Amino acid sequence: MERLAPAKDRLLKSEKNWMNGEVRGKIIVFLCAFIMIAATISITIFLGQKGLQAFIKNGVSLIEFLTSKAWNPSNQPNPLFGALPFIFGSFAVTFLSAIIAAPLGIGAAIFMTEIAPSWGRKILQPVIELLVGIPSVVYGFIGLTVLVPFVRNHIGGLGFSLLSGMIVLSIMILPTITTIATDAMSSLPNSLREGSYALGATRWQTIRKVLVPAAMPTLLTAIVLGMARAFGEALAVQMVIGNVSKFPHSILDPSATLTTIITLNMGNTTFGSIENNVLWSMGFILLVISFAFILIIRYLSSRRKF
Amino acid sequence: METATLEKPDAMQLVQNENILNVNNLEIYYGEKRAVNGISMDIEKNSITALIGPSGCGKSTFLRSINRMNDLIPGARAVGEIIYEDLNILSPQINVVALRKEIGMVFQKPNPFPKSIYENITHALKFSGIRKKKVLDEIVEESLRKAALWDEVKDRLHTSALSLSGGQQQRLCIARTIAMKPTVILLDEPSSALDPISNGKVEELIVELKHDYSILIVTHNMQQASRISDKTAFFLSGDLIEYDKTEKIFTNPSAAKTEEYISGRFG
Repeated sequence: MERLAPAKDRLLKSEKNWMNGEVRGKIIVFLCAFIMIAATISITIFLGQKGLQAFIKNGVSLIEFLTSKAWNPSNQPNPLFGALPFIFGSFAVTFLSAIIAAPLGIGAAIFMTEIAPSWGRKILQPVIELLVGIPSVVYGFIGLTVLVPFVRNHIGGLGFSLLSGMIVLSIMILPTITTIATDAMSSLPNSLREGSYALGATRWQTIRKVLVPAAMPTLLTAIVLGMARAFGEALAVQMVIGNVSKFPHSILDPSATLTTIITLNMGNTTFGSIENNVLWSMGFILLVISFAFILIIRYLSSRRKF
Repeated sequence: METATLEKPDAMQLVQNENILNVNNLEIYYGEKRAVNGISMDIEKNSITALIGPSGCGKSTFLRSINRMNDLIPGARAVGEIIYEDLNILSPQINVVALRKEIGMVFQKPNPFPKSIYENITHALKFSGIRKKKVLDEIVEESLRKAALWDEVKDRLHTSALSLSGGQQQRLCIARTIAMKPTVILLDEPSSALDPISNGKVEELIVELKHDYSILIVTHNMQQASRISDKTAFFLSGDLIEYDKTEKIFTNPSAAKTEEYISGRFG
């Protein structure tokens, strides 16, 4: 090709290039990133400020809030602000649902990647996508009409219970765990499988002793992500858990979680009142615990081997 | 059987010429595509047999059929016979898990498990029901010594195998194969991913191992084949073109194609 302009004009950075697409594109992308960061930071600051008001302005004791079992904010003149039953309820349904969903999800992932990679995946993949697509209110509705009477008639108690909440939640977090666990298993290098088979290991031995341990950090990430989802879920749980402020003594007792108490009460309290402020405090606790989940996930991801 | 043994009938050579595997009219298909076209060859016991040929010539496919690793590939099937101790190991009645304990395999890329050095070796032993710590300790030391790795790792047996260098990892993979006490070891380009020094160590090791095991090695490295193997098989497009003593293949091959390949004119 013939080059007419001197090298100085062709190759040096110039004003002319500066304001065309390059810089404009950069600004747009920067803006997107900035808006996201700003939104996250402002939500955190707002929630922190609102959440702490109950303790700073209204003089609710933080210790009482976190450790007392008695909750009655409208009890005049002696309102009680013990949120322990709800914190406990949140953790209880989260862990219990993870205990059910983790083996199911990881089992399904192993089925899809190791046992029947062709047809197993073809069937299970749409099933999982469907599970994700069902809105939580529908899960709650089904739980309310099918699960709650079933528990009442065949297991015991009122039906509205930790048990019902945990079953509904475990089905809701199943797709999260299954999807990430499937990715974890299928991203393992094939050489690991071959290495184990070539030593005369059976398929089950290979899965149990080589593949699952190798994928463990990501499998744990899958479980924690599922737990984070369960922890934050409000609607479906609220419809089946019974929403009482008493501390549950058995899995069949009705209970409540931080999220269900917020959604139930936020309409009945006036903005700025002490009853309203303690709800914000619960929201703040949810946020802090979400951060904790993220930290756990980041730690686990850093231990990934493949 | 070689005619050379008739002239010089010494006992050593007679033992050496005993066959461990007899391959008869072996054809291997991937779906409709035929990758190996009816090959027949006898593999000698306690010797090193090198399989050479350009990429895609079927030599790795052949190697992987000997311990039925091709079973893991959907659509792969083998027709014909590979006779091992009077049994056709291609038969559907063969317990492949037990077969792979006797016919071990080492792969091109070192593939240690993400576990400790010690566990990499005991991994498969535990599946065979060996659980006593003392026995396991002995086998670990013995196989690491045989793989010429013991002195380098004896002080850190419980650190991760992934912290080893590539060459050490490959020797660990050989060690864990030896630990199973196989009769045949299949090596699929075992040193192609290694630097020359590690390669040298692995080669020394392979030569050392032929006293106890029968070895088949796939290699792209002509020097390697001529340095370490006793017999060499040249594959081309799924056919076994020539199979003879390594010395003969590299100095005076019968087939024109073989000569072209080893002199680097194609492939």
